[in-house]
Amino acid sequence: MSEPTKRLLTSRYGIEEGWKLANAERAGAYEVARQALTTRQPADLKEQVKKANIRGRGGAGFPAGVKWGFLNPHDGERVYLVINADESEPGTFKDRSIMDLDPHRLIEGAIISCFAIDAHVAYIYVRGELAFSVARLEQAIAEARQAGYLGERPFGIDHAIDVYVHSGAGAYICGEETALLNSLEGKRGEPRLKPPFPAVKGVFGMPTIVNNVETIASVPDIVEMGGDAWSALGRLPGDGGVRIYGVSGHVKNPGLFEAPVGITMRELIDDYAGGVLGGRPLKAVIPGGSSTPVLDPGRKVDAPDEGHPLHKWHGQSEIDVPMGVDTYRALGTMLGTCCAIVMDDTVNMVEACRNLMRFYKHESCGQCTPCREGTGWLVDVLDNLCAGRGTPEDVDLLVNISNNMMGNTICAFADGTAMPMLGMVQKFREEFMDAAINGVPDGIRHDDSVRSMVEGGA
Amino acid sequence: MAFALTPEREQEVDDILTRYPERRAALLPVLWLCQRQNGWISPEVVEYVAERLGLSTAIIKGVVTFYTMFFDEPVGENVIWVCRTLSCDLRGGKSIQDHLENKLGCTPGHTSSDGKFTLLKAECLAACGQAPMVQINDYYYENLDVEQLDRIIDVHASKGGEAAAAEFSSFASFGVPQGSRDGSVTSAPPPPSKEAVRLASQPPPSADATGEES
Repeated sequence: MSEPTKRLLTSRYGIEEGWKLANAERAGAYEVARQALTTRQPADLKEQVKKANIRGRGGAGFPAGVKWGFLNPHDGERVYLVINADESEPGTFKDRSIMDLDPHRLIEGAIISCFAIDAHVAYIYVRGELAFSVARLEQAIAEARQAGYLGERPFGIDHAIDVYVHSGAGAYICGEETALLNSLEGKRGEPRLKPPFPAVKGVFGMPTIVNNVETIASVPDIVEMGGDAWSALGRLPGDGGVRIYGVSGHVKNPGLFEAPVGITMRELIDDYAGGVLGGRPLKAVIPGGSSTPVLDPGRKVDAPDEGHPLHKWHGQSEIDVPMGVDTYRALGTMLGTCCAIVMDDTVNMVEACRNLMRFYKHESCGQCTPCREGTGWLVDVLDNLCAGRGTPEDVDLLVNISNNMMGNTICAFADGTAMPMLGMVQKFREEFMDAAINGVPDGIRHDDSVRSMVEGGA
Repeated sequence: MAFALTPEREQEVDDILTRYPERRAALLPVLWLCQRQNGWISPEVVEYVAERLGLSTAIIKGVVTFYTMFFDEPVGENVIWVCRTLSCDLRGGKSIQDHLENKLGCTPGHTSSDGKFTLLKAECLAACGQAPMVQINDYYYENLDVEQLDRIIDVHASKGGEAAAAEFSSFASFGVPQGSRDGSVTSAPPPPSKEAVRLASQPPPSADATGEES
C-alpha cells in the first residue's frame, strides 16, 4: 500500500505559469523526449508502453500498448496519432487540467508517441467548449516548434513531427473514437462501423492510433521510469501506474487527485475528497462517468467462490473493492474515467437517473434506431414516473427498453445508456416503484422552451 | 449581402488548410472562424464556406446542424450556457438557471430583450468538480452562487466580457494543488482562489481565446 513519494502526472500543476515552455523545462519538460528521440529505438519505446500496462484513460480501459501493437501499415500508408480531448462524459473533468496547466506534458507525450509509432502528425481533438484549453495548447505548440522540438527535425533527428489542435463544436458522441475521426475529417460526428478499426483504417483512411489525453500525458513518465517500474506504481495486476481521479457532487472537497491505480472508492471519497458533504450518509456513487453503473455502498460483494476475481472482498461493501478496470468489470460496473459522482441520502435516484437519461437523449447522434428512439423513450418514461403519471409496469418497461438497446447499435453509446439505466433499476428498484405510485415531488420541471431549444436549434 | 472573412482570417484559413491532407477537414475550423466574425452561421456564411472549401451547401448545413455550438440563427451579444447535468444539479445548477431566467427575463433558448444575453441550457461542460458553473462565450465561471453570478452578469453588461472574464473566470481553478496524502493532488476549494483570479487576469494567449465577437 505504498503512496507515490512524488507526483508524476500532476507534478508541474503548482508551478508558476507552468504552461510556459521555460518554466516547464526548468521542471524537466522535454528531457525524456530529447533522450528518447536521440538515443532510443521506437520498438523499445513501444515495448515500455506495453510493459507499463497502462489501461486507456478515456474510459474503455483498453491496454494502450496492445492498441499500439495493432498498427501494421502497408507501404505508402501514413500513420496518424489522434489525441482524444473531447472530454464530455458527465462527471469527468480531468483532461482539461492537463491541457490548461501542463500542456507541454501532453505535447512531450505526443512527440514520443509519434516517434514510437512512426507517425509524423498528431491531432489533438479538443471539445469545442474548451476555447481556453485550445489557446493554451496552441501557444505551447508554437513554443515547442520555436524551440525545435516539433517540425522537420525535432531534437535534430530525421523524423518530422507536427502537432495540431482541432476544435470540436459541441457533441458528446465525438468522444467515441470513430465519430471523432469523422468530425476531424469535417463530417457529422457519427460513429463508423468497426471493423475496420482505426489502427487499420482511421483518419483519412490511414492507420490511426486514438488515445486519451491522460494516456499520452503518461508516456513521458513511462519512458523515463521504464514500463515495469511505472506499472508497479499501481496496486493491481495488469493495470499499472498512477492516474488522475476526480470527485464531484456531495463531497467536502470536490476536485482532482493523483493516486495509484487500485485505491478504493471509499478512500477516494473519504481520504481524498474529505468525505460526504455535511457528514451525511453516502447513498450512491457513479464511479467513472455517467455510463458506468452506479455503486450502492450498502451492497456487499457476493463472491463466495474462491475462483471469483473478487473473492478477496467477499462480504465487503462495493466501495471497498480496489478501483481497477478488471475489478470493476467483475463488480458489474466499469471503471470508466475514474471521475466519481457522489450522492448523499437526499438524492432521489429516479430524478438523478432522469437527469442523466436526458443527457443521453440530447447526445444520441441519431444514426441507429434503438439508440435514437430508446434514449427518448427512456426519458419519456422517467418524466412520467417523476411527474406521478407512472405505473409500476413502467419500471419493467425501463428495463425492457434498455435490454433492447444493448448491443444493437453501431457504437457503444446505447450500451453506455442502457447499462447505467439497468444498474439504477437493479440497485434502487424500490425507489422506482415508489415513484411509480407517488411520483417525485419537487423533482420535476417541464420546460417546453428548453426542449424546443434542444431539439429545434436556437 | 455576401459574406467574406477579414484578410487576417483568410490567411488563417490558408494556414489551416496546410494541416490536413483533405480540404474538407478544414470545415469545422473554418466554420469557427466565420462564427467568431459573424456571430452565427448565416446562409451567406454557408455559401462562402461552400465556395472556399469546394463543398456543397447541403454538406455544410448537415454539419452545422449536428453540432450544438454552431448557431444557425442569430444569438445575443453574449451566450450563456448553464450546465444542468447531474454533477452541477447536485450542487445547485437549477437555482443558477432559475436565477438567470429571472435576471435576464427569458427562458433557455431565448435572448434578453436588450439583446445582450442568450440563455442556453448545456449538457455536461466537464467542470464537474467546480459545480455549479456556466460558460459565457469562451469562458468558464465555476463554483458559482447566485451572488457571484449577479456580479459576473453585471460586470459583463457594464464593462464587457473581457472585464468579466479577467475578474471572475476561474480558468483552471481546480488546478491549484495542495499537498495531501504524501503528495497527492487536491484541488483548490471553492470559491475561486486568489491564484485562479490571478490566472484570469493574464492576457489570453491568443486572440481566439478572447471571446471576440466582432
